[in-house]
Amino acid sequence: MTMKASSRKVDGVTIVDLSGRITLGEGSVVLRDTVKEISSQGNKKILLNLGDVTYIDSSGIGELVSAYTSVRNAGGELKLLNLTKKVHDLLQITKLYTVFDISDDEASAIATFNHN
Amino acid sequence: MNATRVSYTLESTLASVNKAEQAAVEVAAKSGFDEDESGRISMAVREATVNAVIHGNHYDPAKRVTVSFETTTGALRVIVSDEGQGLDPTTVPDPLAPENLLKQSGRGIFLIRAFMDEISFRALSPGTEITMIKYVRGQDRDGIKEANQ
Repeated sequence: MTMKASSRKVDGVTIVDLSGRITLGEGSVVLRDTVKEISSQGNKKILLNLGDVTYIDSSGIGELVSAYTSVRNAGGELKLLNLTKKVHDLLQITKLYTVFDISDDEASAIATFNHN
Repeated sequence: MNATRVSYTLESTLASVNKAEQAAVEVAAKSGFDEDESGRISMAVREATVNAVIHGNHYDPAKRVTVSFETTTGALRVIVSDEGQGLDPTTVPDPLAPENLLKQSGRGIFLIRAFMDEISFRALSPGTEITMIKYVRGQDRDGIKEANQ
């Protein structure tokens, strides 16, 4: 299953709904290009919804980290929403669970962004 | 149960990575691992094959990756080898170190260690071979020895 990404905006936060596999190759490229495009449009509050992401490999984890740092370095915030158990476990093993701001409720996640 | 072995010789492409992963899913299920364990095994095989294709063979079309699955009583042994310049596993940085935590790459071998029960590396000429062993839950190395005696 290839990865798909679509975005929507709620209360100034760009929510990216991702589905499929974020793996070396197409999946990682789709994530990278999507975040790059959203950022280039001046959006600094990005919420990645991983609820329908079925699989992430080390390349996909690296792409999430890269997206996080690039958005942060541009003065923005990138947070994660709706982790599956597999993705949750992977982020815990790699000690990234404490790096990312993670939520399992969309409204609560949106509220955590700086709305000033 | 006698040992069964299946081996794949693959091109140095991303398609081979997916093929190795899929083969791992099927072999692990047949070996008695549950869905979660099969997922961990297939990810370890995927990561080892990614390393072989990218870091070992550098996508060289003249070089091959070999992936072998050996099922014995209560355990699955997977061997992945490449024809590259070789790898010194002691030089691989710790991805959990604070200075490496936000690096984009370098988590593959760490995940293999996390998901498999035993791993070892062997230098080939040329290339690197990684052997990964996963025991069916409830078994351990001594248990396997007893069962095989």
